[in-house]
Amino acid sequence: MNPHNKSIEELKDIAAQVRRDIVRMVHAVNSGHPGGSLGCTDYFVSLYFKIMNYSTDFNMDGKGEDLFFLSNGHISPVWYSTLARSGFFDVAELATFRKLNSRLQGHPATEEGLPGIRIASGSLGQGLSVATGAAQIKKLNGDNNLVYVLMGDGEVEEGQVWEAAMYAAHHKVDNLIATIDLNGQQIDGSTDEVMSLGSLRAKFEAFGWTVLEADGNNFETLIPGLEQAKAETGKGKPVMLLMHTEMGYGVDFMMGSHKWHGVAPNDEQLEIALQQLMVKHASDY
Amino acid sequence: MKDFPYTEKKDTRSGFGAGLLELGRTNPNIVGLCADLTGSLKMDAFQKEFPERFFQVGIAEANMIGLAAGMTIGGKIPFTGTFANFSTGRVYDQIRQSVAYSGKNVKICASHAGLTLGEDGATHQILEDIGMMRMLPHMTVINPCDFNQTKAATIAIAEHEGPVYLRFGRPTVPNFTPADQKFEIGKAVMLNEGTDVSIFATGHLVWKAILAGHILAEKGINAEIINIHTIKPIDAEAILKSAAKTGCVVTAEEHNRFGGLGDAVAQVLVANNPVPQEYVAVNDTFGESGTPDQLMEKYGLTENDIVAAVERVISRKNG
Repeated sequence: MNPHNKSIEELKDIAAQVRRDIVRMVHAVNSGHPGGSLGCTDYFVSLYFKIMNYSTDFNMDGKGEDLFFLSNGHISPVWYSTLARSGFFDVAELATFRKLNSRLQGHPATEEGLPGIRIASGSLGQGLSVATGAAQIKKLNGDNNLVYVLMGDGEVEEGQVWEAAMYAAHHKVDNLIATIDLNGQQIDGSTDEVMSLGSLRAKFEAFGWTVLEADGNNFETLIPGLEQAKAETGKGKPVMLLMHTEMGYGVDFMMGSHKWHGVAPNDEQLEIALQQLMVKHASDY
Repeated sequence: MKDFPYTEKKDTRSGFGAGLLELGRTNPNIVGLCADLTGSLKMDAFQKEFPERFFQVGIAEANMIGLAAGMTIGGKIPFTGTFANFSTGRVYDQIRQSVAYSGKNVKICASHAGLTLGEDGATHQILEDIGMMRMLPHMTVINPCDFNQTKAATIAIAEHEGPVYLRFGRPTVPNFTPADQKFEIGKAVMLNEGTDVSIFATGHLVWKAILAGHILAEKGINAEIINIHTIKPIDAEAILKSAAKTGCVVTAEEHNRFGGLGDAVAQVLVANNPVPQEYVAVNDTFGESGTPDQLMEKYGLTENDIVAAVERVISRKNG
C-alpha cells in the first residue's frame, strides 16, 4: 500500500510545496526544466502520496512493490522534489540539484546512487521499453505489483516508443500503466507546429492498448483516472493514460507556452512564482 | 611451435547457443531476448526449452536493449541476441544510457561480427563494434576464438555483474581450445611461448595467428602467440611481460584498425614500454560481398598477412 495515502486536500498542499521546490531548484542554478515539471506535479504527487505501493527503503530490484520510471528525464526537478518529500532522501539535498558532485544530476541517473531512481533517462524514447521489460519480469517473478512510466507528448516522436508500444500489446503486458503528458508543447513550439501527433488515443488503441484520459492538473479527476487505470490492468492489454496538463501549471506567467520548457526564472520572477504557490505549512528546503 | 590439434570445425555462434542453453539449465535468472534472428543466433534451443524465459522482440533492436535493461530490475540476467551491427551501431545510445550509464547487468551477444558474414556485404559486416563498445564506461568487451571458448565465455559472463559485449561469428573455424576450459574475463591465454615477436590476436584471427606461427617457425622465427579474448579490460600485465621478452608486437583482429584490439594494445605499450607494433586489421574501409575466405584475403586478414606484419615489425626492431 501507499506509505502516505493522503487526502485530496493534503495532496494539494504537497503539490504546492513541490512546485515551490521546482522553481527554487531551477532558479538556484539558472538551468533546468520548470515547465513540464510544474505541469506534471499533480501526477507525481498522486503516485507517491496516494496511488503507488512502495517502500522508501529503496532497493534496485523493487520486488513486492510498484515501480515508476520517468522517460522524459528533463522534468527531473519534480521527481527529485517528490522523492525527497516522500522520504527517499533529505529535502536539504534538493539544494545540490545540477551542481558538481551531486546525486541530483540534470537528468535522472543511477551512477551516483540516488534512492528512487532505477534507470538513467534524458535521451528520449527509451523509458517505455525499460518499463515494459521490468513489467514482464514482475510477471515472471510472480509479483502482482504494477509498473508506471511517464513520457512527454513530444517524446512520442521517437520511433522506439512505437516499437515498445507494439511489443507491450503483443506480449500482453497488462501490468503496465503508461502515461503521456499531453501539454501540447515541445522545445521549438507547439506539437501541432513541430510535429502533429494526431490522435494518440486512436494510435494506441490501434496498437492494442486500453486508452484512458484524465485532466492532469485536477486531483478530483486525476486520482479517479489513475484508479481506473489500475482497474484496467490484468485484462490482457497494456494501459495508456493520456493526461492533459498545462505546462507551467501553478505559475501564471509560465503557463500555456513552450518558452518555459528549459528556462529558469530570475530573482523577481521567482518571488512572483512563490507568491502564487502558497502552502499552509511551507517547509522550503 | 606447438601443435593445436582439433577434431572438427564449428561456428562460434553455436558455442554461444550451447552456452546459453547450459546457463538456462543451471541459472533460473537467465532470460533471452532476440530480434527476429533466433536461428541465426542459435538461441532456438534455449527458446524451446525455456519459452517462459525467452522474449521474441521482432525487428526492433532499440526496444530490445531497453527491455533488457528493464529486465535486470527484479534480478534477471538478460542475454540479447542479434547481428553485431544491430547490436551496437544501431542501438548505441540505448546501450549508452539504459545499459552502460545505468550500470545494468545486460549481456549483449552479437553474431556475424566482422567480414566473415560474407555475401551479405558491408551493411551487415560491422568492423567498428569493438571500438564503440570499448569506449563505453562500465562495458566489458569479449571476442572469443572458437566454439569451446565462446561457450565458456557465455557461461562466464553470467557470473560477472555488469554490462558485457560478447562478439562472435558465423563461419566454422577449428575448435581447438579445451572443452573444459575455465574462462577468465580479462585474462589473456598464452598459446605458444616464443622469443622473437609477440602476436596478440582476438576472435577468428587467433587461428590465423597459429597458422602464421607455423609458417614463421619454418622461417626460423620463434613467435609468441597470445589469445586476447577480452579486449576490455585488457590484460596489460600479459602484454607487457611478452613485449619485454620479444621487443616487438603484431596485433591481429577482424575489425577496423581504429578502435579495436590494436589500439587497446598500443595504449598499454605507449604508456609503459613503447616497442614497435604492426596492425593486422581492416584499413579503415567498409567490407563488401564475397565468400569469407575471399574477403579475409582481400582485406588483409590471413596468416600470410600476419607473417608479413611480423617480418616488418622484426625489421623495425632490428632497424
